[in-house]
Amino acid sequence: MYAQMVKSAGTGVKSREEMSEQERVFQDKIDADIKIEPKDWMPDDYRATLIRQIGQHAHSEIVGQLPEGNWITRAPTLERKAILLAKVQDEAGHGLYLYCAAETLGVSRDEITEMLLDGRMKYSSIFNYPTLNWADIGAVGWLVDGAAIMNQVPLQRTSFGPYSRAMIRICKEESFHQRQGYDAIRKMAEGTPEQKKMAQDALNRLWYPSLMMFGPSDKESVHSAQSMAWKIKINTNDELRQKFVDQTVPQAEYLGLSIPDPDLKWNEERGHYDYTDPDWSEFFDVIKGNGPCNVDRLATRNKAWDDGAWVRDGLLAHARKKRARNLAAE
Amino acid sequence: MNNEWPLWEIFIRGQHGMSHRHVGSLHAPDAEMAIKNARDVYTRRNEGVSIWVVEANNITASSPSDKGPLYEPSESKVYRHPTFFDIPDEVGAM
Repeated sequence: MYAQMVKSAGTGVKSREEMSEQERVFQDKIDADIKIEPKDWMPDDYRATLIRQIGQHAHSEIVGQLPEGNWITRAPTLERKAILLAKVQDEAGHGLYLYCAAETLGVSRDEITEMLLDGRMKYSSIFNYPTLNWADIGAVGWLVDGAAIMNQVPLQRTSFGPYSRAMIRICKEESFHQRQGYDAIRKMAEGTPEQKKMAQDALNRLWYPSLMMFGPSDKESVHSAQSMAWKIKINTNDELRQKFVDQTVPQAEYLGLSIPDPDLKWNEERGHYDYTDPDWSEFFDVIKGNGPCNVDRLATRNKAWDDGAWVRDGLLAHARKKRARNLAAE
Repeated sequence: MNNEWPLWEIFIRGQHGMSHRHVGSLHAPDAEMAIKNARDVYTRRNEGVSIWVVEANNITASSPSDKGPLYEPSESKVYRHPTFFDIPDEVGAM
């Protein structure tokens, strides 16, 4: 979801015989749910894969501010504006927690930022879709943050200590995000026929992109086995997607909105909803950079980074000058 | 020259009477800004009444490989725990 299709470094899951003594000790710790901390020995591939995954997760939090930030100045009431502002500020915080977790693995903040800016690292495909009107903001909180929670709750138990701690903090705050979104879209679903139509339209457009957040179907998920053995991925993509559908359908029903999937129906035997998979060719196309907003999102991040350079440099120059003055006075 | 802001470790006192606890880290040009940023990053929901910031490279940490020599000696000293001693019920609270 926030980290989709993270390519596991290495050649796949090793058998115990293929592992070195160090690798066996490491895997035993993971199997016993003992957290791996930054100074502990870890395989290079574990480190590399985690940097990719946490980095992609962090970038998603940061880029995820853009579609919502777009509506802060146009929120319908002062209260909604204050709520949205607080929510977007949280996303910045979540990005920072995650960047710090990634940095404990030996990548610097500037390096990881540059990898986002020049396209070497990805962020979640969902943020390459536009937010066209206020109903979309409600739908994003409800669906996108709802999908994020599905993925992040199990990740609280992930094997890498700093990542797990960041997830715990994030999950505590995330519930507010989903609830404010549901509350906003409920207001519209219960409003005038025109408002209800907008709410339905937002659901129509964002339903499949939200399902894509969990990544490709398990059949095509080639990197899962190693990541699951390392406990940096806890559930399969399809497991989480199913859970999301099962949870979301009744929420839509309550609103009197219909999920844009004619084949959606409860399967008594499975105890789950049957649903239609998203169009995976669209997903791969968006990941490749051809979504409606890919170019715009990256351009905005690059501009923010470039425009902020003088502030970063100025504050650092001031700090260095102050330190030199203090040293001279001693 | 590396123009990345230094990393600071952030400690927050959650409530009066509690000790400061490590909550995470952030980048800032100096201590004053680190406190301001820590306010925004780590206390958005009344999580704190006091903040400490320490530049990360000023922290000396024990190494995981020292775990044995550092902590094993205390494992064999169960008599340091009050439950080691049997006190007869008749003696009353102790």
